[in-house]
Amino acid sequence: MTPTEVWAVILGGMVVTYATRLSFILVPRPEHLPEFFRRGLRFVAPAVLAAILVPQVFVLESGQVEFIGPRPVAAIIAAVIGWRTRNAWLAIAGGMITLWVLQSLLPS
Amino acid sequence: MPPESPTPIREFLSGARNTLPILLGGVPFGLFFGALALEVGLTPIQAQSFSLFVFAGSAQFVSVDLIRQGAAPAVIILTVFMINLRHALYSASLAPHVVRLPLRWRAVMGWLLTDEAFAVSTPRYRSTDLERAHWYFLGTGLALWAEWQLSTAAGIVFGTRIPESWSLDFALPLTFLALLIPNLVDRPAWAAAIAGGVLSLVLRGMPYGLGLVVAVVIAVGIGVALEMASRPEPPAGAAHDPD
Repeated sequence: MTPTEVWAVILGGMVVTYATRLSFILVPRPEHLPEFFRRGLRFVAPAVLAAILVPQVFVLESGQVEFIGPRPVAAIIAAVIGWRTRNAWLAIAGGMITLWVLQSLLPS
Repeated sequence: MPPESPTPIREFLSGARNTLPILLGGVPFGLFFGALALEVGLTPIQAQSFSLFVFAGSAQFVSVDLIRQGAAPAVIILTVFMINLRHALYSASLAPHVVRLPLRWRAVMGWLLTDEAFAVSTPRYRSTDLERAHWYFLGTGLALWAEWQLSTAAGIVFGTRIPESWSLDFALPLTFLALLIPNLVDRPAWAAAIAGGVLSLVLRGMPYGLGLVVAVVIAVGIGVALEMASRPEPPAGAAHDPD
């Protein structure tokens, strides 16, 4: 990516982020939103987060999809820890430690 | 104004103090962002500018990851917009409390309205004496802002010394997983997450990273459809009360 494109991403990201945060603080009339938009807002975060993380867990660098391997197993362990404890740091640490253990057991 | 109202400086300090536990948790994210941005090929100035100007943790990680994958700038900006749409919910929730504040206050509060600032200040806004609650919010928001800038800078300076065999790139999907879990509050939310994940895996070959956008739009549609099937009336005050 060229430097100009990187700056475009930074400035564009700034504008859209500030716009969402400022939206109702500036114009406090949420009841005027279309119904689909109002209902859809709360599904955006789970949909986006899952859409980003799933390929990073299951797609190898070669482009092949792998459902049983160090990364999928580590992610499942992290999900279980996160679900049980509701603690982000335990989940991330548990997932990383699982990955390290599995990688040391299965030298590629 | 009631005579027992706390002074602005007391409100400010109380907001900053109640943010401390969250600050500690955020430091590794900032460190990791600074390191990752350099690894992807950004300059130190560009990396710090992300934190200075965008100031949104998940969106910054996603931007840098999409830059690494060679996505088009317009796709990245659109993705950032979608990720940050949840802030419109926070904004709507805060709106009734700030209607009478001057524009400059609202402009600053909007800038500082992160997930964490919203989470820390929400209990304060549930109490009765709200005369100077905006000073509390300012203390919370500025503490988080300073922490994010400093931890990013530290990541830029120290982060590139981490060896590749530690697979620290995997901390990124794990971070998103940790952020995802609190969102899975009911069946439609689960459906939106599962659909988003499966569709983005299926559509990942689309050019410019468009598969992500398409997957998210369809997944949100599935969530809305399921919710409307189970609860035809619009949720009362949903836009006001996200928690």
